[in-house]
Amino acid sequence: MIINLTVNGTPRTVQAEPREHLADLLRNTLFLTGTHLGCEHGVCGACTVELDGAPARACIAFAGACNGATIRTIEGFDDDPLMAALREAFSAEHALQCGYCTPGMLITARALILQLPNADEPRIREELAGNLCRCTGYRGIVKAILRVLDELKARKLSPG
Amino acid sequence: MKAAAFDYSRPTDWPEALQLLQAGARPAAGTQSLGPMLNFRLSLPQRLADLRHLPGYTGVTLSNHVVRIGAGTTHAAIEDGAVPGRLGAILAAIASRIAYRAIRNRGTIGGSLAHADPAADWVATLPALDATAIAIGPQGERRIPAAAFVLGLFTTALAENELLQAIELPTLPETARWGHWKFCRKPGEFSRATACILHTPGHPPKAVLAALDAPPLMIPDPAALLADPAITAARIVAPLKLDPWRAAIARTALCRAVQAL
Repeated sequence: MIINLTVNGTPRTVQAEPREHLADLLRNTLFLTGTHLGCEHGVCGACTVELDGAPARACIAFAGACNGATIRTIEGFDDDPLMAALREAFSAEHALQCGYCTPGMLITARALILQLPNADEPRIREELAGNLCRCTGYRGIVKAILRVLDELKARKLSPG
Repeated sequence: MKAAAFDYSRPTDWPEALQLLQAGARPAAGTQSLGPMLNFRLSLPQRLADLRHLPGYTGVTLSNHVVRIGAGTTHAAIEDGAVPGRLGAILAAIASRIAYRAIRNRGTIGGSLAHADPAADWVATLPALDATAIAIGPQGERRIPAAAFVLGLFTTALAENELLQAIELPTLPETARWGHWKFCRKPGEFSRATACILHTPGHPPKAVLAALDAPPLMIPDPAALLADPAITAARIVAPLKLDPWRAAIARTALCRAVQAL
């Protein structure tokens, strides 16, 4: 079927099978390989993208259901100041090793910061429960998010 | 981990949706439970009928002390306060603990109820809140109490030619008390035992024990549970013939739901 999407601000028309999930469509048809696939059943969070403005699992959103949708993948955050701050904090706090979970972590972390600007460490850990990392042990990821929250509170950074 | 081939339809009115159902299509909403089943090929539908674009499928209306929640309303919308008042606060608290935010952004209250996983949060809690499922079929609307909606694992009281259109709940006074506790090994995982209690002053309390691989159990004498939680919980759980560990967390769920009131 023909699918119309807006991906990272650009309207795209693609051919897709209805059974194809959004992550495969992004990776295999649009060559946006920043979206990673882990479990393919909605548990690990590696494929998290912004779908119509909110984080969602690209592995359990099917192509047909995404017809007309607006999608922002990790590649679409290059010019986003909050994502830039997160990238820097992830690097400074050693919040990644292999990087497989990182695109999903960053998209989840950005939404978390916007939704819960006063989140403390236990709350951040709870909110990250839907994104699995198998190498950092989460400590660095939590510290990176706390660092960006502190920067926002100190007004060194604006959320927009 | 790729779904088998299926066709996709997006009905734009209810008669069309019912026709697709009659022709064998599998109704779909947020696909947060159905999606994994499709990817695992546990579900092999010929066609999906995506209900999300039907008129009135999403959103909340309030009239005459009854809140009507469109079946396609997302958990995230409910978490963010789509339902007003004390009832809305209770529903928001339940919604906020369903899976993860990325799942709640897509998953819907009606999709979850119609999917009828006994461990699901709405399956467990809506019976205690006196909810009614509104089904629509070729003969029109049919009202099914939430307590009689889930019949077993993935089995509901919906007829083969009916769709779940909305959920109705009576509003609650600010004095209504709510206790809810569920056991999850990890935040966001499916519950292994859930208990909830609604106590509105001047009304008999309502209590449910759920997520035990069976339909939710309405507690026959919730007042006794409030008066003597430990002994009553043991009496409720004993006839269920659960494994000892499951019986222990089921009793604990009941006692902690009372404590949370």
